[in-house]
Amino acid sequence: MSASPIVNDLVIRFANVNGTGSASANGLFAKAVFRMGIPVSPKNIFPSNIQGLPTWYEVRVSEKGYLGRREGLDIVVSVNPQSMPQDVRSVREEGYFLYDNTKPLDIRLQRNDIHYIGLPLTRICLAEYRDPRQRLLFKNMIYIGALAALLDIDFSVLKNLVQDQFQGKEKLIAPNIHALELGCQYALEHFDCPLGLRLEKRDLVGDRILMDGNAAVGLGAIYAGATVAAWYPITPSTSVVDSFDKYCKRLRIDAGSGARKYAIIQAEDELAAMGMVIGASWNGARAFTATSGPGVSLMSEFLGLAYFAEVPAVLVDVQRAGPSTGMPTRTQQSDILAAAYASHGDTRHVLLIPATPKECFDMMAEAFDLAERLQTPVILLSDLDLGMNDHVCDPLSWPDDRVYDRGKVLDAEQLDELERYGRYLDVDEDGICYRTIPGAHPTRGAFFTRGSSKNEFAIYTESDEDYAKNMDRLVRKWNTAKSMVPEPIFYPRSEPCRIGVIFFGTSTASTLEAIERLAEESIRVEGLRLRAVPFSEDVERFIEEHEEVFLVEQNRDAQMRTLLVNELGVNPQRLHAILHYDGMPITARFIQQTIQSQLASADTPAMDQVAEGGR
Amino acid sequence: MTYLRPAFAHPDLPRNELGYTRKDYESALSTLCAGCGHDSISAAVVQACHETSIEPHKVAKVSGIGCSSKTPTYFLGNSHGFNSVHGRMPSVATGAAAANRELTYIGVSGDGDSASIGIGQFAHAVRRNVNMLYLVENNGCYGLTKGQDSATAEVGSRSKAGSVNQLAPIDLVSMALELGAGFVARSFSGDKAQLVPLIKAAIAHRGFALIDVISPCVTFNNNPGSTKSYDYVREHMNTTGHFDFVPMHQEITAQYPPGSSKEVTLHDGSSVHLHKLDDTIDPLDRRSALHALQEYKASGKILTGLIFMDEDSQDMHQVMNTCNKPLNQLTQSDLCPGNRVLQDINDSLR
Ligand SMILES: Cc1ncc(C[n+]2csc(CCOP(=O)(O)OP(=O)(O)O)c2C)c(N)n1
Ligand code: SF4
Ligand SMILES: [Mg+2]
Repeated sequence: MSASPIVNDLVIRFANVNGTGSASANGLFAKAVFRMGIPVSPKNIFPSNIQGLPTWYEVRVSEKGYLGRREGLDIVVSVNPQSMPQDVRSVREEGYFLYDNTKPLDIRLQRNDIHYIGLPLTRICLAEYRDPRQRLLFKNMIYIGALAALLDIDFSVLKNLVQDQFQGKEKLIAPNIHALELGCQYALEHFDCPLGLRLEKRDLVGDRILMDGNAAVGLGAIYAGATVAAWYPITPSTSVVDSFDKYCKRLRIDAGSGARKYAIIQAEDELAAMGMVIGASWNGARAFTATSGPGVSLMSEFLGLAYFAEVPAVLVDVQRAGPSTGMPTRTQQSDILAAAYASHGDTRHVLLIPATPKECFDMMAEAFDLAERLQTPVILLSDLDLGMNDHVCDPLSWPDDRVYDRGKVLDAEQLDELERYGRYLDVDEDGICYRTIPGAHPTRGAFFTRGSSKNEFAIYTESDEDYAKNMDRLVRKWNTAKSMVPEPIFYPRSEPCRIGVIFFGTSTASTLEAIERLAEESIRVEGLRLRAVPFSEDVERFIEEHEEVFLVEQNRDAQMRTLLVNELGVNPQRLHAILHYDGMPITARFIQQTIQSQLASADTPAMDQVAEGGR
Repeated sequence: MTYLRPAFAHPDLPRNELGYTRKDYESALSTLCAGCGHDSISAAVVQACHETSIEPHKVAKVSGIGCSSKTPTYFLGNSHGFNSVHGRMPSVATGAAAANRELTYIGVSGDGDSASIGIGQFAHAVRRNVNMLYLVENNGCYGLTKGQDSATAEVGSRSKAGSVNQLAPIDLVSMALELGAGFVARSFSGDKAQLVPLIKAAIAHRGFALIDVISPCVTFNNNPGSTKSYDYVREHMNTTGHFDFVPMHQEITAQYPPGSSKEVTLHDGSSVHLHKLDDTIDPLDRRSALHALQEYKASGKILTGLIFMDEDSQDMHQVMNTCNKPLNQLTQSDLCPGNRVLQDINDSLR
């Protein structure tokens, strides 16, 4: 270990057993790195199980601020005998394997090309603690303590974190710090600390925060003034409503009466959840639901109703690996088409695609304005990686002068001034008509909302002319939406580029990293991040202006490419899809290598040549 | 097509407390088959709403899909209505009721809509005790898709096409009772004298109120073999006793011998008078109601009237402890915590 140390650039993976309290200890590690001012990106890799199966927590530390997942494990902390063989194998050459050496290591698990660091976790716990539960829980804190010595983590940072974490449960602070010290002490006494791989304090995170996307979505709903949440539990969306619930309890209880200024309804299924959202929105409340792929399938019929009857609705789809039950605890961007065209008949839905928790917050708030302005469902397409993992992102903010845009709603006075009210009259010629809320006026403005064909005055009709006219107006509305939704973000380079790469959502960090790595090899690539459907003209222009256009997606079938081709009439051969769909978050290396190999092949790939990342 | 009624209202038409005439509660002319039981129910709703003096625009009508679910177009034209999707009216009504606790919700459904495709949502609306009148216009068949048997058809009931139903029926009234509904009634579209006061009482009741109305489909199910035909129901009907609904501002008439009557005060101050004819039924006791239903069924009779009522049940909003002000009327200043709070939250995430 004479080579100069590697500082602030590592990937460490914790291998634990689900349900043993490892999550909070591992979270402590990530947070400590963050508090040392170093960019960090933790990822949960967990089973669809409550207790007993292997679970991993992978933390990437990157001085350069690369926050996507990276292959190659520098350190593996093994606390799960069950997954040990696999965990030993996963360490990169010259990497470190930390394990519980209370029992000697199985000789079959010996490798010559890695470093073994044995910590007698079980023995220390047996000596220190009587209670079996404590033995289990403190084991986690002991290995974190050892890591503090091995990686040179500022111990006071850890101490402060423990104090913060156990606020209100002060009795737990001292024993947890003691456990950290035990580990730290053992490592200092038995190893040459710190290792060649270590952390150093920096000032690289500034005022940024560490938050998961689902928490930010729930908070966004609070700020947007949502009052009704209807939902049915499903991983990985559940914590959206948990977050909304948590913040409601803090921020939405009437101080005097204790009454709630919100309603959270756990529905009997996703179908009902969507029905409740539509009923509440129709009745003038801001309402939302959160689900994942299977729920979106069930909600389809209702989404078509809301589209055609023009009722606002906000739906959060935290995508997971499909089809069917698929891999419920793995990530994917594979509901794009299901969401964009949910329901039978000619339907199209507005999609918002956040890439960070901050954007989850902003776009959730935006979703309510858009749904009410456009009087249609708005679907926030998040995914498991964004929703359930912590991400470093800019702090949240809310301009206090921002006013909710409730769209075109007529009140009693406005109704009195009207000669004749027509619910579906396109007065402003933007495809968006004026709605009224039940109870607004004793004799004016009432109409019948329905999913069947109607004329401009909301009267049932089977007239071909009226039907077509209405359908055409909905296209007009769709075109209006193009200028309302968040614009794509362009990542230009100072020199002209013939290569462009389009990406969205959780492929962002890795794609941006890949762009930089390619630049280091003199391959200049410009980027465009999609943030919404319908697409704006900027997307068309970007495709036109680049000779080679790559499109990064985390699904098998290049769903975004299909959508771009369908919506913009792009020649499919113009878009080279880079597809990653094994359920793990996409990496920069995968993107970089795919682009390089495609560029290397004499001709650029034809439309059916798509790079696939599934294992 | 929808026909609009002439707007002309005779100056002498009787006005209710609020000064509205019956016309103010009417709507477009029905396009259902002439003689359809559903139309009589619409008329009963109009009469009940007029008589109880609810402001028409303070009612919201919600329905699923079916001939029955079309009917909200034909009553209360000054009220907003929502003809949603097949079997899913309960969820739309639940969401609407969550958003505004002050309106009166009238849900209209069919036996196909509620006992088949929507049975799950029906059950859960009962369980949640959504404050609404839930009308099932029960004809034992799917009218709109041309007469297939529905899940409420009795064993042995013969459809117009001649097929005989062999599957046991689902009785929504028993089901609602089992699920804990606070107001359960059954009536017959041809018996307005019973149906109108039931609708009034159901509207006054706080919480979920089911009225299962047997409503013959003249086109597909009014044949001799059907147990939901006019003739069959008239012959086999048995009522729970007389019953009147007394709005809070109306005096109680003493037409009935006091010894056999029971008075129940509803939360809005109005009251229901139950005049017992039959000792086997106590509409204030769930078990006795269930028992009576089964007894009558065993003897081939249909029990109608107010079968069960519990004025103390906690409705959805009471259970959720939502604020009195309707959620849809809370303003941005009620709801948005502002940037300062957000900055504190940011701090907790560093
Ligand atoms: C999802 C779906 N499946 C099927 C239908 C077709 N459909 C329309 S009405 C109806 C049955 C209606 O029966 P019921 O609720 O008893 O109403 P009725 O017409 O008898 O009053 C069916 C099956 C539909 N509209 N939607
Ligand atoms: S088909 Fe039957 S239920 Fe439908 S309108 Fe005609 S009579 Fe009424
Ligand atoms: Mg029917």
